[in-house]
Amino acid sequence: MNLLLSIDKTIKKFLLSMGQVTLLTFKGFWGIFIPPFNMKLLLKEIDNFGAGSLLLVDIIALFTGMVMSLQTIYGLSMYGAEMYVGSVVSLSIVRELGPVLTSIMVGARIGSGIAAEIGSMQVTEQIDAMRALGASPIKKLVSPKILAGLITLPLLTITADFIGIFGGLIIAIFELDIDHIFYFNSILTTITISDFLSGIGKTIFFGLLIAVIGCYFGLKTSGGTTGVGRSTTISVVTISISILIADFFLTKLFLMVL
Amino acid sequence: MKKKIIEIQNVYKSFNGHRVLNDINLSIHEGEILSLLGASGTGKSVLLKELIGLIKPDSGNIFVMGKNVTQMNEDALIKLRVHVGMLFQGAALFDSLTVSENIAYPLREHLNLSENEIKSRVSEKLHLVGLKGIEAKMPDELSGGMKKRVGLARAIATDPEIILYDEPTTGLDPMTAQRINELIMELQKKLGITTIVVTHDLHCVKTVSDRIAMLHEGKIITVGTWQEIASSPLKEVKDFISGNICL
Repeated sequence: MNLLLSIDKTIKKFLLSMGQVTLLTFKGFWGIFIPPFNMKLLLKEIDNFGAGSLLLVDIIALFTGMVMSLQTIYGLSMYGAEMYVGSVVSLSIVRELGPVLTSIMVGARIGSGIAAEIGSMQVTEQIDAMRALGASPIKKLVSPKILAGLITLPLLTITADFIGIFGGLIIAIFELDIDHIFYFNSILTTITISDFLSGIGKTIFFGLLIAVIGCYFGLKTSGGTTGVGRSTTISVVTISISILIADFFLTKLFLMVL
Repeated sequence: MKKKIIEIQNVYKSFNGHRVLNDINLSIHEGEILSLLGASGTGKSVLLKELIGLIKPDSGNIFVMGKNVTQMNEDALIKLRVHVGMLFQGAALFDSLTVSENIAYPLREHLNLSENEIKSRVSEKLHLVGLKGIEAKMPDELSGGMKKRVGLARAIATDPEIILYDEPTTGLDPMTAQRINELIMELQKKLGITTIVVTHDLHCVKTVSDRIAMLHEGKIITVGTWQEIASSPLKEVKDFISGNICL
């Protein structure tokens, strides 16, 4: 009986949270189009989201490309097809690894930062103060973060794609002594615009997920500094899981559409 | 008799099954200083936040300047809050903004002022709370008392008709607490602002209040002047004043 009650409570809590996240998404997204528009705030968020994550994302993309190249050469050499390393590496990076790894990295870095920032504001009554001063925390805090996520994550992914492919090239040159022209030609004959668009298209959703989940757990924070720590951890876990789940459905969707 | 600017009718509020406010009825008149006195956890701050719709009561009505706050949506509340200033317990200054930007925040939100006008209004409010030359400082560079005064300057930036103080003297040394008490009275005297002070600091209550409402276990058990409260026959009031209960 207790188990049933506990399951019932958990399901209700989950549904309530989903409803609140959906509402926050709509309100935050709607806030982007409601004046006044604060460019300074948006640029600050873009800087935080994008410029602050650029180096991290590129280092990860470089080494992912290099590892992918090593593994692909190993795998393809069994069939004597190692010369196609450029095609395999670029397809994997552009369609899947670039968008997902970039989003998970940015999600961990930015999602935790958003949850901690808004959570600290919540426990020190700054969110209440903002409301008491006649400002909307959603318009001031959530909407700029959503817009920054929508703009910067695709751009970060584009750079990660290029750096990842470049990482693959370095290994291909050192391991197989491949000519770089051949490497790039094999990429150009393999990658289509729909491969590129499906990868970048996903990151628009991932950017939205990172901003909304970070803001949601920040705004839900209670219980002082311990609560801030809890919100930060749970936001990173939720963002990572959400990205992987959303990736599956978006991949299915883009395979049907594009 | 001055007109009622705030009227609280049959307000109830519970959190996780625990009743915090239990049938609260209270009227606050224009221009008066009313203190809500009571031990910690009796629902004083909850009631204060309900006045400007930061928390919704479970039932009952709260009229502020003739408008029923419990029936208003967030957009309508935002418009009302321009007329109500609030000083939070920990001042709640925005960490990422300077003192000047903190005070200018409600001005930029609601008034169409030029940057020069905003600058002059910020200096004027800082002067009013006895501070100057700290416009460029960040909140973490200020002492507790200074933060409260900056919070107060921000609360009065838009010249509100009502000001709410949540534990204005808590955590301050006696000198700074006295300075805050004087400021509360000065602002009321100079600007005629209706003032509600939530506190458990008896000295603050005695110094600033025209009337006092005492909360005990979620109910208002008595309302009156300090003399009336001090001579109340109620055991709860006597115990509170003599310090026989744990605050």
